[in-house]
Amino acid sequence: MGRLAKITRRTFLVGAAALVGGFAVGYVAYKRDPKNPLLDDLADGASTLNPFLLIDAQGITVITPRADVGQGAWSVLAALIAEELDLAWGQFKVDPGPPSAAYYNGKVAAEGFPIAATSDSFFARNGRAFGDVVGKLLGLQVTGGSSTVADAFDRLRVAGATARRMLLIAAAKQTGEPIDSLSTRDGQVLTADGRAFSYVALAPAAARLAPPHEVALKPASQWRLLGKPMQRIDMVAKCTGTAAYGIDLRLPGMLHATVRTNPFLGGGIRGFDAAEARSMRGVVAVLPVKGGFGVIADNTWRAFEAAARVKADWGPPAHAFATDALFAEAAASFVAERRDSRFKDEGDVDAALAAAGASAIEAEYRVPCLAHAPLEPMNAVAQWQDGRLDIWTGTQIPRFVLAAAAELSGLDEHQIHLHQQISGGSFGRRLEDDYVRQAIELALAHPGPPIKMTWTREEDMRHDFPRPFAVARMRGVVADGRVQAFDLGIASASVTASQMGRIGQSVPGPDTAIVAGAWDQPFAIPNYRVTGYRVPDALPVSSWRSVGASGNGFLHECALDELIHAAGADPLAERLRLCTHEPSRRLLQAVGEMSDWGTPLPAGRGRGLAYTLSFGVPVAEVVEVTATAAGIRVDAVHVAVEVGKVIDPVNFEAQVQGGVLWGLGHAMFAELTHAGGRVEQSNFHDYTSLRLYQTPRIEVRTFETTGEVRGIGEPPVPPVAPALANAIFAATGQRIRELPLVKQIGFV
Amino acid sequence: MKLSVNGVEHELDVEPEMPLLWALRDALGITGPKYGCGIAQCGACTVHVNGLAVRSCVLRVGDVQGPVTTIEGLGQADALHAVQAAWIEHQVAQCGYCQSGQIMAAAAFLAIQPEPTDEQIDRAMSANLCRCGTYTRIREVVHTAAAKLREA
Repeated sequence: MGRLAKITRRTFLVGAAALVGGFAVGYVAYKRDPKNPLLDDLADGASTLNPFLLIDAQGITVITPRADVGQGAWSVLAALIAEELDLAWGQFKVDPGPPSAAYYNGKVAAEGFPIAATSDSFFARNGRAFGDVVGKLLGLQVTGGSSTVADAFDRLRVAGATARRMLLIAAAKQTGEPIDSLSTRDGQVLTADGRAFSYVALAPAAARLAPPHEVALKPASQWRLLGKPMQRIDMVAKCTGTAAYGIDLRLPGMLHATVRTNPFLGGGIRGFDAAEARSMRGVVAVLPVKGGFGVIADNTWRAFEAAARVKADWGPPAHAFATDALFAEAAASFVAERRDSRFKDEGDVDAALAAAGASAIEAEYRVPCLAHAPLEPMNAVAQWQDGRLDIWTGTQIPRFVLAAAAELSGLDEHQIHLHQQISGGSFGRRLEDDYVRQAIELALAHPGPPIKMTWTREEDMRHDFPRPFAVARMRGVVADGRVQAFDLGIASASVTASQMGRIGQSVPGPDTAIVAGAWDQPFAIPNYRVTGYRVPDALPVSSWRSVGASGNGFLHECALDELIHAAGADPLAERLRLCTHEPSRRLLQAVGEMSDWGTPLPAGRGRGLAYTLSFGVPVAEVVEVTATAAGIRVDAVHVAVEVGKVIDPVNFEAQVQGGVLWGLGHAMFAELTHAGGRVEQSNFHDYTSLRLYQTPRIEVRTFETTGEVRGIGEPPVPPVAPALANAIFAATGQRIRELPLVKQIGFV
Repeated sequence: MKLSVNGVEHELDVEPEMPLLWALRDALGITGPKYGCGIAQCGACTVHVNGLAVRSCVLRVGDVQGPVTTIEGLGQADALHAVQAAWIEHQVAQCGYCQSGQIMAAAAFLAIQPEPTDEQIDRAMSANLCRCGTYTRIREVVHTAAAKLREA
C-alpha cells in the first residue's frame, strides 16, 4: 500500500506513543495543503478554484467527497459550499470527485483516542486537534464515525467563501468597479448598477488568482440555506426510480457476474466443477477468485443460477466459529492478561465492593453479533482494458480501495479510476473492500468488458463482518437510596484490530471501541470503573452503525438502571443527580417532560429511560411500552439530543428517527449466529427486521446550545435498546439482560 | 415472448422461468425495481401487474399476464404521481433503495383504499422492508398521498 501503509502502521489510531512519533516526522507535511486533484485531467475550458469546485461551460459542479449511503452526505456537503458561494439550491451539480488526500477527514481519527467528549483538559483539546493532523497527514478519506458534518462544517464553508472571494476579485478587475461595491447572488456577481456576471464566465480568470489566506464566513443570522428545511438533491430521483445506485449501473458491453466464497469462513476452495454451469444459457466464464469462484454471464439471474450449479470443494473453516463457544470465550476473558483498557477508574471500587460484601449486586449481560445487511447487496463494477482499470462502486474508504486495486493489478494508482456511486444503505458495511476486490479479480481475469459483480442476499448475509458479540459483568453497591459503586467489565472482540488487520496493519494500544459509550459517560458515581477485555482470535468483526457504543449503551444503561432500582431511586432523578454535564442534564429533563415521567400509568404499561454519549453527541431516550396479550407493543420513543448546530432540520429528524428504529429493531429481533464456522442466517426471513406495524411514534427535541457541530447518523442508536429493556422491566418486572429481547419476551 | 412495460411493448428472448425482476433490470434496462432478497421478503422489487402490486423477484416472467408498470411508469420528475409527490413533500427517502417498492405498494393500496386508517396502512405496508427506518414518515405520507389522490 506504499506510503499510506507505512505511515498508517506507525500512527493510525489509538496508540498515543506511536502517534507522537508520527507527529514529530509529520508536522511539516501537515502544514502543507494537499494538491487539488481536479487539476489532473482538467478539461479544456474547465476551471477549478479549489478541490471542492469545478466550473465549466456546462455550469458549476460541487465536489462532495464522502460516501452517500442514505444519510444525505452529498446534500449537506453541497449546502455548506452553496451557502458561502451564494449558489441557488439546484443550480449546480454534485460529484463525489476522485479519491484524494485533499479530501481527508480531520475528525474520524480522533474517535479512536481515549478522550471523553465532555473533557476540556489540555490533553483532550490537544488530542482532538491531533486527530486533524493524523487525518490530513494520512489523507484519510473516510466516511464514518458520524464525522462528515463535523469535519466539513468549517472546511467547506471556507472553500465556498474563498472561491466567492476569487470570483469577486476577478469581477472587480474585469469591470473596474471597487470590490466592495460588488455582491453575489445565485451564481452571479452583481454590480451596484445591476449588471450581472455569471460565475461560469468569471471562473477562468478567478482560477488564475492566488486564493486569499483569510476569508470571513457569514454569521448564522445571514444563512439562506443552512439551518433551514432543505430538499435533498437526490429525493426526486429516489422517488421516481431514476437514482442510479452502483447495482443499477449500465455500461456498453457490460457483463453481469456473481461470486460465491466458502460459507465456512476462511476455509478457501480446493477446487470446483463448473461443467454444468458453463453449459448454461448466457454463461460466459466461471473463474476462481480468492476463497471461491465467480460466474460471468450476460444477466445477473443467469449468473446466480449458474453459480448454484457449480460443485465447489470447500476447505474446512479456518476457525470453527460457534456462537456458544464465542460467548464462553468472552465469559472467560475477564482476566488480567486479557485486560485491554481501564479509562474510567474513580473512587475505590474494590474497597466499596469489599465493604458491601454479600449485599453487592452482580449481573451478567450480553449482546449478539449483528449483520449490516443494507438493502442493496454488495456489488461493484470493474473494467480492465488498455492498461487502465476502472471501478464503479459505493465505498466509504476510496483511497484504501485504490490501494487494494493497485496491489491486485500491479498498476500505479494513476492508472486506476474509482467512480464513487450512491449506495442503498451501508451502516458501516462499505468500510470493507472485500466485494470490490472480487470485482477487480474478475475484471483482471476477463479483460475488456465492464463486469458488474452482484452478491446474492445469501452471500451478503453469510459474508458480512458483523458487529461483535460482547459479555458484560456488572457489580455494584447501593446505599441510602443512591448508587455508590458501579463496576462494569466488558469483554468483546476488537473491531479496530480486526478491521486494520484486514489491511495488513497492527494496532498498538487499547481499543476504545470495546468500551465506547460506557467508559466516557458523564456520571459522578463515587466509585466508578469501566474495564475493557479483549477476546482474542475471535471472528472477523467490523464497524456497525454506532460501533462499540451500539452494544455498550445497552450494557451500561441497563446495568445502571438495575442499580438505581435496587437503590429504590427513580431512574430519571438519580441520573440527574449523578450527571455532571449540563447539556446532558437538559436532555434528561427534556425526555422527562416529553414522556410525562413520573405520572402514574395503568398496569401493564411502562417507561424506560436511557442515556448514551457517543461520537460527542449526548442522547437521552424514553421508550413507552404496553404489555398486551399478543406481546409487548412499543408505543412511543421520546428523544432529546444536543448536537451544537443542525444543518438541515428535515434530514436531521430523519436521521434520528432512522437511528432509533435501527437500534430498536435489532434490539427486539436480530442476531447473527455461527455454527461449525458458518453463519446460520441467510436472508431476511431468518435475520428479522422491524416492520411498519411495529414502529412506535417518535418525538424528537433538538438542542443547539453547545455550538459544537456534530454528526447525527449514529448517536441515536445506542440508548434505544436499553430504554426499551428498561421499559419492559417497568411494565412487567422482567429484567432482560440479553439481546435480542425476543429470546425472552414476545412482541406484537 | 411479449411483455408490456410502462405502456411499451417489448419482444423478449429470455427463459420463461426468469423472474420478472431480472427481465426488467438486465434484459430491458429498467432498474427502478430493486433486488433486495430474491425471496419476496423485502418488497424492493414491487411492481404493478394489471394494477396490482406484485413481487417481481418471485414472479416468472413467463407467467406475467397483463401490462407491467414500474416506478418509472408511475410518474416522472415532470409528471409526478400523487404518491411520488407526497413522498417528495415529506422527504421520505434516506438511502432510497426500498422506496421504489414502497411507493408502488402505496399506490396500489390507495387505488383500492382511498381513505385508509393508520391500522390499514400498517397492514398494507408492513410487507415492505426499510433498513434505514423511514417507517415513521411512511405512515404519515400515505395519508398525505391519499388526500392528494382524493383531490385529484
